[in-house]
Amino acid sequence: MSETTAAPDMLSWTCPAPLRDRPRVVMGHGGGGAMSAELIEQVVLPALGGRERAPLTDSATVELGGARLAFSTDSFVVRPLFFPGGSIGDLAVNGTVNDLAMSGARPAVLSCGLILEEGVEIDTVARVAEALGAAAQAAGVRVVTGDTKVVEAGHGDGVYINTSGIGLIPAGVDLRPERVVPGDVVIVSGAVGVHGVAIMSVRENMRFEVEIESDCAPLGGLVEAMLAITPDLRVLRDPTRGGLAASLNEIATASGTGIVVQERAVPVPPAVASACAMLGLDPMYVANEGKLVAFVPREHADAVLAAMRAHERGSEAAIVGEVVADHPGMVVARTGLGGTRVVDMPLGEQLPRIC
Amino acid sequence: MKYIDEFQDPELAARLLDDIRATVTRPWALMEVCGGQTHTIIRHGIDQLLPDEVELIHGPGCPVCVTPLEVIDKALEIASRPDVIFCSFGDMLRVPGTGRDLFQVRGEGGDVRVVYSPLDALRIAEENPDRQVVFFGIGFETTAPPNAMTVYQARKRGIGNFSLLVSHVRVPPAIEAIMQSPDCRVQAFLAAGHVCSVMGMEEYPALAERFRVPIVVTGFEPLDILEGVRRTVRQLERGEHTVDNAYPRAVRPEGNPAARAMLDDVFEVTDRAWRGIGVIPDSGWRLSERYRDYDAEHRFQVGDITTREPAECRSGEVLQGLLKPHECEAFGTTCTPRTPLGATMVSSEGACAAYYLYRRLDLPGRATPVTVTTPSQEDSSLV
Repeated sequence: MSETTAAPDMLSWTCPAPLRDRPRVVMGHGGGGAMSAELIEQVVLPALGGRERAPLTDSATVELGGARLAFSTDSFVVRPLFFPGGSIGDLAVNGTVNDLAMSGARPAVLSCGLILEEGVEIDTVARVAEALGAAAQAAGVRVVTGDTKVVEAGHGDGVYINTSGIGLIPAGVDLRPERVVPGDVVIVSGAVGVHGVAIMSVRENMRFEVEIESDCAPLGGLVEAMLAITPDLRVLRDPTRGGLAASLNEIATASGTGIVVQERAVPVPPAVASACAMLGLDPMYVANEGKLVAFVPREHADAVLAAMRAHERGSEAAIVGEVVADHPGMVVARTGLGGTRVVDMPLGEQLPRIC
Repeated sequence: MKYIDEFQDPELAARLLDDIRATVTRPWALMEVCGGQTHTIIRHGIDQLLPDEVELIHGPGCPVCVTPLEVIDKALEIASRPDVIFCSFGDMLRVPGTGRDLFQVRGEGGDVRVVYSPLDALRIAEENPDRQVVFFGIGFETTAPPNAMTVYQARKRGIGNFSLLVSHVRVPPAIEAIMQSPDCRVQAFLAAGHVCSVMGMEEYPALAERFRVPIVVTGFEPLDILEGVRRTVRQLERGEHTVDNAYPRAVRPEGNPAARAMLDDVFEVTDRAWRGIGVIPDSGWRLSERYRDYDAEHRFQVGDITTREPAECRSGEVLQGLLKPHECEAFGTTCTPRTPLGATMVSSEGACAAYYLYRRLDLPGRATPVTVTTPSQEDSSLV
C-alpha cells in the first residue's frame, strides 16, 4: 500500500452516465415490471385504440348473450421445460386458468397453441402434452381448440405454448382494483417466492439444502371457496412475474390508495428466504404460480381467511397488510425491526425469465 | 444458509438499540464501507431507529458503482464482438456505459450471459473452443480470489479461449483516501466483514492509529449492523480508536490464507481508477505478468476508449459520504433507476438505488410520511 495517498480533488468527482433510450427490446421488457408496462402502454396500446379499450387486467370481462365471460390469454416460454413441481404444460394451463379465476370466473375452456422448435424430441412433446392434459383435468377445464407450428432449429427454445381461456363470472361478482378502499385487508394464500426459486435452482444449476418445488397449481377452487363466504371481495391477483410486489403496486396505482405490508407476516419458506438471501433477491419480487393475493373488506376478512385456510390451496393463508389513505399509489413495508421501506414496482426482470 | 431470522430478531435489535441510546452523548458520524451494509440499513429502516446523534454515512463499497466508465465501455465493446461470449454477474448488465448497457448489447445480438460463478464462464469456454469467452471480473477483495482461481485453473487446464476483464479494487486504500480529504466528516468505520474474511484485519490497525478512527469489522444482517454501531459508538464515547472484530463468526484475524495466496499468485497491486472518485494509488489489482495472457484488455486491444460523462451526476460525492443521495438535485427527478445518471442509482448495492427503492416515503418534500410503529408477529391491528 502507498504511504502517501494524494488527497482526491472532490470538485472533480463525478459519476455520471447519459440518459438512455432503448431502441430494441431487452429482457426487462418482459419482466412484468415497469418496463413491461411502459412497452405495452406506449407502443402496443396506442395501436389498439388506447387504454380505455384494453383495460390492463389479467383477463378481460366480456358480456355475451346476457352472460358475463372472462377471457384471457398467456404465453409460456419457460426453461427448462420440466422443473421440480411442474412443467411448461402445467404452467400453460394453470397460468391462464388462474388469470380467469382472478376475475372471479369459473374457468371452462382453453385453447392451446404449440410452437415447436425443429429437432425437439417427439417424446418431449408427448410429455409436455400429457402434463398439459393432466393439468387441464385437475383444473376442471377442457382444451377445445388448438394449433401447432414448427420453427427452424435455433429459432425457438424447444417448446413454446400459448393458451387462451374463457370462464363464466357468477352473478354478483365484480372484482376490480377500483373497488379497493382504505381499511380493506390484504391476504396472501400462502408462501411466496417458491416457483421462482424452484425454476432458478434447476436453470442455474444451483443446489440448495432442500429441494424447492414449484407451487404451480390451479386456483379456481380456492376462489370459489372465498366467493362462497362473500361475493364482496374487492380484487384478486395471482402474483406471477414481478411477484407480490408487482401485484400490490398495480392495485395501489389502480385504486389510488396506499398499501402497508407487515414484512414479517408475509409467509416465506426458510429455503426460499435462504436462497434469496444468497442471491441478493427480495422474495416479494420473486414469481409465484399457485398463489393469490386478495383484497377483502375488513368485516369479511376473518371469515374469508378461515375459508382459505380450510382449502388445500390456501392452508398457509395469512393477513399481510392493509389499505390506507396515506401515500396513495405506494406500497410500504413495516420491517421486522420496526422501520419502514417502500416496496416499489420492479423495474425490469429480477431473474432470468421464469414464466 | 440458516440463521437468517436469528440475525433479524426484533427483541435483540431493541436491546442493542437501547444500549446504543444509553451510550451515546453527542453526535457521531460513522461510515459503513460496504454497499451491502447500506442496503441492509435502508431496507430494514435501521437508520430510522438509531438515535439522532448517530449518523450513518454511506461509503464507496459498491463494486458496481465504482467500476470506471472506461471499463464498462471496454466490456460493451468486447461483448459486441461476434466471436465473443461475454459472461458477467447479473448486476453489471444494467450499468450504463457511454450510451448503452450490456442488456442492450444482448438485445443487438451480442452473446452476453449471466453466470453465478466465474467457473461457469470457464465451463462455457471449455464447451465453446471456437469462441472467446470473457468474464467480467469486478469487485473487492471478496470476488477477486475466485476470479484469480479461475484464471489459475484456465492456465492449468490449458483453456486458451478464456480471459478476464479485470477491474478489482481494494478497500484499505479507499479508506485512506476518504480520511485524507479535507471535507471528510467520518469519525469511525464499520469495515466490510466479507472483505476481512478474505484479507484478515492486519491492514486496519495502521489506519485506525494514523487517522485516530475506530474501525469495527461488521457483518451484513440487521443485528450485525447494530452490534457494529454499538461497539463503534462505545469506542468513540471513550475516546478510543482500535480495530474490533464484531463479525467473528466469519472473520479471523489472518483472513483466508488460501485465498490470499491465490491473489498473490495471479494478481498484482496497481493504481486503479474509481468511478466518480478518480485514481487512488495502489487501490486495485490487475493480472500479474505471468497471467497477462489472460487479460481481456490485452487480448482484444481495447485501450483506445473515449468515454463521455455528463456533469450533473454527483454520485462521486455520494460515494465519499459527502452527500446523501436525496440531497442531489437530480435524485428522483432526472435520475431514477429507469433513467440513471450514475451507477449508484443502478447497482443493487448503490446508495442512490437504496434510497430510491426504500426511502422515498421519508425524504423531505417527496412524499407523505407515515407513522412508524413497532410491529410484532402477533400484531392484530390489521384485522
